Amino acid sequence: MKVDVAVVGTGPGGYVAAIRCAQLGLSVAAVEDDRPGGVCLNWGCIPTKALLRNAEVVNLFGRAAEFGIRLAGFEASYAEAIQRSRRVADRMSKGVEFLFRKNKITLVPGRGVLKARGAVEVSGPGGTETIQATSAILATGSEPKSLPGVPIDEKTVLSSNGAVRNEQPPKSIIVIGAGAVGVEFADVYASYGVQVTILEALPRLVPLEDEEVSKELARAFRRRSIEMKTGVKVASVKPGGAGVAVETDAGRLEAEQVLMAVGRAAKVTGLGLEPLGVRLDRGFVTVSPRMETSVPGVYAIGDMVGPPLLAHKAMAEGVVAAEAIAGRDPRPLDYGNVPACTYCRPQIASIGVSEARAKENGREVSVGRFPFTANGKAVALGDTEGFVKVVADKATGEILGVHIVGPEATEIIHEFAVGRTVEATLEEVIHTIHAHPTLSEAALEATLGALGQAIHL
Amino acid sequence: MAVTKVVMPKLSEAMETGKIIKWLKKEGDRIQGGDILAEIETDKADVEMEAFGAGVLRKVLVPAGEKAPVGTLIGVIAEPGDDIAAVLASAPAPAPAAAGVGAAGSASARNDARSAPPAAPTPSAAPAPAPPPRPAVVSTPAPAAPAVNAPAVGIPAPTAPTAVATGRVKASPLAKKIAAQAGVDLRLIRGTGPGGRIIRRDVDAAAVTVTAVPAAAPTVPAVEYEDRPLSQIRATIAKRLPLSKAPVPHFYVTSEVAMDRAWELREELNALEGQPKVSVNDLVVRACALALLRHPGVNASFQGESIRVWHRAHIGIAVALDDGLITPVLRDCQAKSLAQIAVEARDLVERARVRKLRVTELSGATFSISNLGMYDVVEFSAIINPPEGAILAVGSVRRVPVVDDGGLGVGRRMALTLSCDHRAMDGAMGARFLQDVKRLLEEPLRLLV
Repeated sequence: MKVDVAVVGTGPGGYVAAIRCAQLGLSVAAVEDDRPGGVCLNWGCIPTKALLRNAEVVNLFGRAAEFGIRLAGFEASYAEAIQRSRRVADRMSKGVEFLFRKNKITLVPGRGVLKARGAVEVSGPGGTETIQATSAILATGSEPKSLPGVPIDEKTVLSSNGAVRNEQPPKSIIVIGAGAVGVEFADVYASYGVQVTILEALPRLVPLEDEEVSKELARAFRRRSIEMKTGVKVASVKPGGAGVAVETDAGRLEAEQVLMAVGRAAKVTGLGLEPLGVRLDRGFVTVSPRMETSVPGVYAIGDMVGPPLLAHKAMAEGVVAAEAIAGRDPRPLDYGNVPACTYCRPQIASIGVSEARAKENGREVSVGRFPFTANGKAVALGDTEGFVKVVADKATGEILGVHIVGPEATEIIHEFAVGRTVEATLEEVIHTIHAHPTLSEAALEATLGALGQAIHL
Repeated sequence: MAVTKVVMPKLSEAMETGKIIKWLKKEGDRIQGGDILAEIETDKADVEMEAFGAGVLRKVLVPAGEKAPVGTLIGVIAEPGDDIAAVLASAPAPAPAAAGVGAAGSASARNDARSAPPAAPTPSAAPAPAPPPRPAVVSTPAPAAPAVNAPAVGIPAPTAPTAVATGRVKASPLAKKIAAQAGVDLRLIRGTGPGGRIIRRDVDAAAVTVTAVPAAAPTVPAVEYEDRPLSQIRATIAKRLPLSKAPVPHFYVTSEVAMDRAWELREELNALEGQPKVSVNDLVVRACALALLRHPGVNASFQGESIRVWHRAHIGIAVALDDGLITPVLRDCQAKSLAQIAVEARDLVERARVRKLRVTELSGATFSISNLGMYDVVEFSAIINPPEGAILAVGSVRRVPVVDDGGLGVGRRMALTLSCDHRAMDGAMGARFLQDVKRLLEEPLRLLV
């Protein structure tokens, strides 16, 4: 097969790159050894969002009396929640296949290996085939990491890959790692009555977020009886007790299962990178702002090129790579302006730097906060946990960072993403009329707060 | 590949129309980004227009000698194979860019469906019977209207009130705010954001600049007083200097230099045939360039979280104009001989006086020199131009009685006062620099080697 571009991997980075290439008139072959859509659509972002929606519904049923709805009782089937999430994932994966057909992208099932600058060898169910391609885009993504010496068997020691498939929930689980993956699964499990303990080596939950956000999440989780141990080092994970025993510097813990949520590692081995001389740095592929690797004509995007390991970053990089290959002059990504979203309840969304980091950077900041308890829409929804926090430069009103924890935080964040892209300051946000009643009014009020002008507080 | 629209650049806030003096490239010429395409005459200055995109100048739409409103498509750069019909079809619609739609690729992506004016826009707001599309701003500086406290008799209405900033500088809100605080003139900055928009990094990168503007109006006699509108240059100074003086903790170091030998050297040099005339200021520029190399701490900008130490000495030379002051920049003084400095500084100063500086010559200084010697000023101190870290104030060379070898003689002396940003440097650092400048001037042969 001879094409202009061979894309290896069809996760959010790869499929977006393939489609953009096709839109720009290039012929594209997309190589995938799993299902189209990659981890994100099949095993990550999308199915977990389906599970979290289930968790939310279960929680709402639990609160039915608050809304004057008396239930004789209800049963929440975890297996059916998993099944629903599989249907959701299937539908999205089919969607990618549809988009490939629509854009005349050839999907080549199998594992792609770079044999030369212009050749990708695919070993698949139908044998081995070599794709001759003028350019290659590598988008093989990442896979869950474990702790040293702790093998993931997906039975007692799970990764997110196993957890998202397991129809039988454990009675108790120890979640190691309180990043996005850890706290999201903690939420799902706790909602279905699993006894959850979160262990985190750093001093707080979601350690990449602003400190106040971590505090608010810990408060919410505590109310839901999720146990949390932070600043705890795990020494070993071994079979024992009800299933698995975790030795830590703060004592021994037992549970039926352990979920490893300690991060993800780039998939860079077995791709033919070393023989070709594709440069790596600390386990990630080194790329230019145009996403080209050290080997001309070979591009790489997404998790494999480094943090943040986020689907939307990968998609944006895919567009850059495609446009670079098509001879456009793509605008390089602004890695300082990538929103980060976590979909536990309360949701978390942030962009830019935390208050502490802004101060470390030598900025004199003004901070505005607005709690959802003072937001009419949140009160009407009965969902008043959390706040919006805006960190701005005192002198210029530059929006340095925004940190939201609370209902639909992940939807509210984007006005600040747009704002920061166009370099809006606090003034432009406060002069933007926000519809009433909306959760986004909390964003407006927090911004007003940073200027000392909050109305509803 | 990309098609680049060449539009009449907006070179000042009030500029509405520009006249093409001449095209320096003709249709079919290959263009590199940065090539000078044409010379444009505005109300302020004659300015060279650079090409933003690369390719072939496919089409010239406005011939030399003709005027065009800001934003009008005046030419197209593209590769020979590119289809430019669509771009040409949109020719009459003014593009909103501040200074030429730049970045490759943006032209094709942009499709600003602004309601294009049906004909050439008449820049004045007056609903007068439409004159032929002739610019309201003429090529001689338009006088501003002073608010005189006497009935204005027989004063013709100014064609374009200076207060009305008709044009829009395309800049992000943050860029505008930072520029206002730092005293950076956005009109002199080229934007690198989408569609040539000025964004934060452009302002950060730009040194403080001052723009030349029309002279203030002549005073009207027989009235008690008048409120003169601030010329834009004066307004800029008024806005910027408090922002320097207040947040920049100034300290001053003064030294007196025996200029006898320098004076003699200068007279000898100026007696040589075929050599450029050298001024005292040229000697000072050369001495500072050499001293800055040895004292990079003085050639530095305070940046909040760090101090940027410049490895090149771009020296701003303050030039007095009737309505203010302008500081054209002599670049890479460290690499220039005295003769080169003399020739280039003279050229810069002369063009500054007739307002023919290039935009790039107005920014990027790392150090400045202000010389009031010609006004018989003994000594003074100057205000730093942020983000520069220091400025040298040069007094006149005076003949004064000096005690020399036990006797009383006549010597030539000149006072130098260095204003320093204390956040970037300390007194001793400034003093050592000044000492070096003094030594270089007192042993002036060092300036020649």
